[in-house]
Amino acid sequence: MFTKRALLSVLVVPAVLGSAAFAQAGRDYISAAGSSTVYPFATTVAEQFGKAGKFKTPKIESVGTGGGFKLFCNGVGAQYTDISTASRAIKASERDSCAKAGVKDIVEVKIGYDGITVANSKKAPLFKLTRKELYLALAKQVPDPDNTQNLIANPYKTWNQINKALPAYKIEVLGPPPTSGTRDAFVELVMQAGCNNFAWIKALKDVDEARFNKVCNSIREDGGYVEAGENDNLIVQKLQSNSNALGIFGYSFLEENISQIQGSTIDGVAPTFENIATSTYPVSRPLYFYVKSAHVGVIPGIQEFVNEFVSDRSMGAEGYLVNKGLVPLSKDELAKVRKTVAVLKK
Amino acid sequence: MNRSVAETRERVEKSLKRRRWAELRFKTYGLCAVLLGLSFVVLLFGSLIAQGWSAFRQAYVVIEVHYDPAVLNPEGTATADDLAVADYAALVRTSLKTRFPDVEGRAATKQLAALVSNSAAQTMQKRLAEDPKRMGQRETLRVLASDKVDQLLKGRIDRTVPEADRAVSDQQLAWIDALVKDGSLSLAFNKGFFTQGDSREPEQAGVWGAVVGTLYTLAMTLALSFPIAVAAAIYLEEFARRNRWTDLIEVNINNLAAVPSIVFGLLGLAVFLNIFGMPRSAPLVGGLVLTLLTLPTIIIASRAALKAVPPSIREAALGMGASKVQMVTHHVLPLAMPGILTGTIIGMARALGETAPLLMIGMVAFIVDVPKGLTDPATVLPVQIFLWADSPERAFIERTSAAILVLLLFLVVMNATAVILRNRFERRW
Repeated sequence: MFTKRALLSVLVVPAVLGSAAFAQAGRDYISAAGSSTVYPFATTVAEQFGKAGKFKTPKIESVGTGGGFKLFCNGVGAQYTDISTASRAIKASERDSCAKAGVKDIVEVKIGYDGITVANSKKAPLFKLTRKELYLALAKQVPDPDNTQNLIANPYKTWNQINKALPAYKIEVLGPPPTSGTRDAFVELVMQAGCNNFAWIKALKDVDEARFNKVCNSIREDGGYVEAGENDNLIVQKLQSNSNALGIFGYSFLEENISQIQGSTIDGVAPTFENIATSTYPVSRPLYFYVKSAHVGVIPGIQEFVNEFVSDRSMGAEGYLVNKGLVPLSKDELAKVRKTVAVLKK
Repeated sequence: MNRSVAETRERVEKSLKRRRWAELRFKTYGLCAVLLGLSFVVLLFGSLIAQGWSAFRQAYVVIEVHYDPAVLNPEGTATADDLAVADYAALVRTSLKTRFPDVEGRAATKQLAALVSNSAAQTMQKRLAEDPKRMGQRETLRVLASDKVDQLLKGRIDRTVPEADRAVSDQQLAWIDALVKDGSLSLAFNKGFFTQGDSREPEQAGVWGAVVGTLYTLAMTLALSFPIAVAAAIYLEEFARRNRWTDLIEVNINNLAAVPSIVFGLLGLAVFLNIFGMPRSAPLVGGLVLTLLTLPTIIIASRAALKAVPPSIREAALGMGASKVQMVTHHVLPLAMPGILTGTIIGMARALGETAPLLMIGMVAFIVDVPKGLTDPATVLPVQIFLWADSPERAFIERTSAAILVLLLFLVVMNATAVILRNRFERRW
């Protein structure tokens, strides 16, 4: 069947190429692109939405949050994406570039939370960490322990040098590379928070923000922190074979592999579903998607797709997204989100 | 330097032993290299097959379902559209509850329902849409079990770990054992893996969408790159004069062959999508980008093949009064064909393994529907492998390996075709 069609298409190609008239106005499926963290959730909704049969299954691309906004902000028209998924809120600069291309009405939809966990193999003892300890273990430069306002190259080699209560393991943390949204969130929620424990560094923020960022955001490069690639599964596998190492990844990977790995407590709070949902667990970030209002009503099914996304059967406390590891919004937040998306067309 | 014959002989005999030793050593090194290479191949295939083989089988549950009008069509006024979105999942739950009547309470029902894939509801919906007369009737259906049950039956979930650390609860274990005992839960050939597109539910995910996308993309690539590359090679080798320009072109072609593939993706994004306004994620654009990628490889191989045709053939053809075009098409090209085909296959094999350039043009995407044409959104096998490898569900691990096996099979078929074609054209002199 398809071979005949393929053959035909191959013959037709030159004609198509020549005409260059890709009347893209005819796109009959939703096109979304963005964060690889939101990808598993967006795709699940897309599949359910497609199965209902009224509309085609939306196409979801995994290009990273920044890349998603780039595509999204290219302009209005069927060749540009309708929805951008993101593991952080849109930046002002991104809104500006959107507006320049004529993308003015953007609806922000918060879908839930993702916890970032620091985990290790169950064969090793459970780590009870604080954000300050994580900062001291992973920063490129740390304050001199003798309390002067000096920065020295990170001298810590083992965990018990930072806190005697921690195991005498070598500091070896597998985590995402700088291109990853998870890394951005980790730096912001852990490293900067840990940094703020030192009053003089905290004071820097108002005086010399560039220096503050350099001090707090730089991660050590002497082998204590290992960039293990964007693939979280790889980190999980490495943790299983190396029980001395810790790994940094999203909560859904901890949930799927709970028989082999354990999540360290951070500031005394364990990374559990309940703790992330109630924001007791300190290292969690909101997930979003953004809808281009101008496309609603032009590309079929956008309003319906968004309705499906925020419906009880997907985002509700027992919805299918929750089964996929999404930490849902609180009732009030969900009600608010539903109100904003009720009418997307401006 | 006058030596007697005996002296020379003695010297040769002395060195002979040493030279034989050297030869033996050299042979052993070569053999070791081959063995090392082979053992890596065996290791690769061994681990892939060990990991991926189980994905070709899938757990199915046989359940008896009732197309209950009280649930599907409570008011009796439902149209076909209403029936498409009716609550079939409730019917699946009811069916499971009739099998295990002592299950009570919301939590327990939810656990029970989790044994069956959510595609069961869809199967029911499709069956009813096919034949509306099924309304009110009962039938026995074979539906997919959920990925957790599947992994348990395949021994990939350890029963011995404490319940809190296990994806399947003790209660679920008891139900599964009961179902296995009466024969309604078992492993069977996983047809869906070869006939369906991608899915976020591991048990429903298949490679067919990616295979079709790959076929379209490669067909497009072959249809463009083969004629263009051969024409370019013939012109450069047979017609073009040797001067600074042809030298420049040659250097450029050689350089292009070594350009990182992501660059072609960026080019494709800038030119095909942004200037020509072609659709994102389409095999059409994928084929164009991969054509750019494979062209230099095929041109270089084709030129080498044309060069290898002995000049005597050309001279003889011209001497018999053939025109230059006749000389090329009747004599040189057929003789160079085996080499050209080898180059083409090498180029196509490279195209088959690419994901980086496709990211830029939107083919790294979640696509459920099997593409039906060159402009439908599609993805390709290596991208499918990449996406599955990054999924949190553990059941995707075996599917990733299985998809790699399918990709390797694809490669083997392609290479085999090339060998057959080459042997048909091959001529020795």
